[in-house]
This record gives sequence, structure tokens and C-alpha cells, in this order.
Amino acid sequence: MIEIRNVSKWFGAFQVLKDCSARVDKGEVVVVCGPSGSGKSTLIKCVNALEPIQEGEITVAGIPVTDPKTDLPKLRAKVGMVFQHFELFPHLSIMQNLTLAQVRVLRRTREEANEKALKLLDRVGLRDQAQKFPGQLSGGQQQRVAIARALAMDPLAMLFDEPTSALDPEMINEVLDVMVELAHEGMTMMCVTHEMGFARKVAHRVVFMDGGEIVEDASKEDFFGKPRSERAQLFLSKILQH
Amino acid sequence: MNFRWEWEVFLRDTGGGESYLDWMISAWGWTLAVSALAWLLALVLGSAVGTLRTVPSAWVARLASAWVELFRNIPLLVQIFLWYHVIPALVPPLKEVPGFALVVFALGLFTSARVAEQVRAGIQSLSRGQQAAGLALGLSLPQAYRFVLLPMALRIVIPPLTSESMNIIKNSSVAFAVSVSELTLFALQAQEETARGIEVYLAVTGLYVASAFTVNRAMTWIEARVRVPGQAAPERR
Ligand SMILES: Nc1ncnc2c1ncn2[C@@H]1O[C@H](COP(=O)(O)OP(=O)(O)O)[C@@H](O)[C@H]1O
Ligand SMILES: [Mg+2]
Repeated sequence: MIEIRNVSKWFGAFQVLKDCSARVDKGEVVVVCGPSGSGKSTLIKCVNALEPIQEGEITVAGIPVTDPKTDLPKLRAKVGMVFQHFELFPHLSIMQNLTLAQVRVLRRTREEANEKALKLLDRVGLRDQAQKFPGQLSGGQQQRVAIARALAMDPLAMLFDEPTSALDPEMINEVLDVMVELAHEGMTMMCVTHEMGFARKVAHRVVFMDGGEIVEDASKEDFFGKPRSERAQLFLSKILQH
Repeated sequence: MNFRWEWEVFLRDTGGGESYLDWMISAWGWTLAVSALAWLLALVLGSAVGTLRTVPSAWVARLASAWVELFRNIPLLVQIFLWYHVIPALVPPLKEVPGFALVVFALGLFTSARVAEQVRAGIQSLSRGQQAAGLALGLSLPQAYRFVLLPMALRIVIPPLTSESMNIIKNSSVAFAVSVSELTLFALQAQEETARGIEVYLAVTGLYVASAFTVNRAMTWIEARVRVPGQAAPERR
């Protein structure tokens, strides 16, 4: 579903991604972890071309993301993305947040869009908040709305960039629960996260990045059983301490 | 002190069959008309130019910056004279355009540069993630601006635009330099003809203050109307 082949990227003279290759098959959940600044966010943003790359190739559902002829808005509409800081649109109600792109991009009618939105709000347990505005919800609620907003587009795959790291601890689980459910339903997911409990529960594979490189790409069992690289071992011991 | 107020001066005939009061009211109307039309022009052009300053295309952004620098750095009075004397000499058809319209253009373009700066700052104050979130949903860049970035940015810039909208009323007084019959020109001429400068200037000052105050209230009302629920009220300066 998502194929990243030999991708390199520079910010000016600084190389953020060094010859990265990875893939996420249909229905697979891949967790990406690694120290802060290792290039995880950058990599995941390259998948839907929010960041351009200088070398390599990325395809999503067979569509070459890096081909200048690709209709990017159309492609992005098929790939859901959830951000660390939610990025709900503060001037729009929760309903409007969920229907804006359905109507403007997918050209659904208002009724169709509303119906879909309510169904998804139900699913993340926030139907009663439909008429509120993002600023009136807690962080955990906002992130669940953000997931529902992405799902409203019927995406082929979902990208998550540290969806729980801006949340207070007591709100992390309500978001992870939604993600676990999604994984069980067979959604294709690429998740940057340090929630190793989540990784153990639903990940098929774990990718470990450091210094712009993919240091390890292993099945969950291998990764947690016996990480092959010292860097991954060190990282794991650090984050599993707490 | 043996000063005596003589407010009756406003009832005197100007010699043209109308009183000085009539003249002042019509001059006030010109001031408001120049200000309102120039403000409209400034808002439309300023929002467009300010938006263009933030787009990824380097040459579009540079063109928009050039606009801002051009209209912001030439003194307003000089710009009025350019529109009135120089440009019509170069483009003869413009000689037919009334002074009023030229003043609206000059003041509107001058203020558009200042509005553009505020709008640019407003857009840039939004988190970069907002644009990314819009694009990630499949919105095109123009759609992301229209539905995501501009609605928030324009709300943010209402307070600074309030002072710009009050400035434009004050700045409209330069129109007297090209003989538009607005308040300042009225004041200059009426005090000369009547020798009652104190009453004339006080009345004109009162009208300027009342206009600015009304505009201020209107902007505050708009600001409250469009406030986003759940967001803290912005600090007032
Ligand atoms: N827009 C940018 N311009 C320049 N450098 C950037 C930019 N975005 C990220 N970086 C740098 O790239 C590196 C990787 O960043 P990021 O992908 O955000 O890492 P991570 O998500 O793993 O913490 C960091 O050193 C960061 O400072
Ligand atoms: Mg990151």
C-alpha cells in the first residue's frame, strides 16, 4: 500500500533522511519509533507529499507520490493524517471540521457528509459534542475528532504522527483505544509513536529510526524480543523504563 | 477673559445660499465617502497582497513584497500628488478622472500596503500544521487558504485593522491638498472667511473624533460577532 524506496531528503545542507526504505502492506500496522529529531515526522510527511523529497521514490496504492504529474490533492484525500497537535480548524464546529473536505474535495452532498460525520462521531464517542468548537473540547476529545475527520474521507491508509504525545497522561488511552479498534478492523496504518504498549498490541512491524536512517525494520516479535542494533536496544531501555 | 463663543457662525450664509453648517455636513460626507471607499479598496487589495506574500511561489511573494514596499515607503501626500499631477500627465485619459476618485485610489493603495502587512502577519501567526492539515485532507492550496487559513487570520487581524481604519479617516484629510471639499478643506476655508477659527476647528475636531469612535465601536462589534467559541478573547491594546 505504501512503498518508500531509497528516499533521501535535505533541508538546505542538512540531510534529514538518508536512503530510507520501508513498506506498509494493505491491512498492516507499522509503528515508527526513534529518538526525537531522527526524522520520523519528516518521513511520514513525505508519504503524502507534505514534504518534497530530493531522491528516491514513494508510491501509495501504486500511485507515484513523487511524480510531478500526480494529482496531489486527490491522492492526499485517500490518505488520512493525524497530527501531534490535532490541527482541528478552530473556527469551525466539530461537525464542520468533519464535513468540510467531504463536501469540498469528495463533492458529497451536505446530507451525505453530515450522516457520515455523525456516524464517525458516534464511533469515537463524541456525538454529543457535534455542535461544539475545538476550543471547547479536551485534548483527548480533540484528537478523537481529528481521527474521525480523517476517517470521514474513507482513506485507504492512515498516517499518525505522535498522536498521543501532546496529551495529558489520563487522555492517552481514549485515543489509543480508537486506534487499536481501527487496527483490528484492518486499517492500513503507519504510526509514529512511542507507545510501546500499542505497538505490542497491534503492530505487525516496528521501524526504528536514528539520525535520519532506518536502523531497524523488524517484525514486532523480533523487535521486542531481540533488537539487533545497539541503538535500538538503548532506545528501548530508555523508553520502557517509565 | 473676555472671549465670547459665537456658535451662531454656523448659521451664517456662505454667500452661496447655504449655511456653514450645511457646508460642514457635506464636507463631513466627503470625508466619510473618501474614507469608506478607500478602506474598501485597501481591504480587498491588502488581503489579496498579504495572502500572496505567504504563498510558496517565490516570484509571486516577491511581487507582493514589492507592492508593499512601494506604497508603504512613499509619503502619502507625495502619493496623492503623484496620482493628481504626474500620472495623468503620463496617461492622458486619467485627466478626466475627478480628484475624488484619485484620492480614493491613492489613499486606498497606501493603506492596502499596511493592511497587507497585517494580513501576512496574521497568516504567519497560524501554526504551520493548519495548512498541512488542510492539504492532508485533500484541499487544494487555494481551498486551504479560503476555508482554513484566511478565516482565522482575518479574525486575528481585526484589532490592528481597527487602528488602520481609524487612521484612514485621519489620513483622508490630505485630500484637501487636491481640493476635495472634505472636512479639513472646509475648516481651512471657513475659518478664513468667518474669522471664527476656534468654533470651526472645534466642530471639525468633534466630527473627526465622532467618526473614529463610531468606526472603533463597529470594529469591536464585528470582533465580538466573529469570535470563535472556546477561544480566549484576544487582549485589547
Ligand atoms: N522545515 C524544516 N527545516 C529545517 N530543518 C527541519 C525542518 N523540519 C525538521 N527539521 C530538522 O530535521 C530533523 C528531523 O526532524 P523531525 O522529522 O521532526 O524529527 P522527529 O519527528 O523524529 O522528531 C530535526 O533535526 C529537525 O530539526
Ligand atoms: Mg516528530
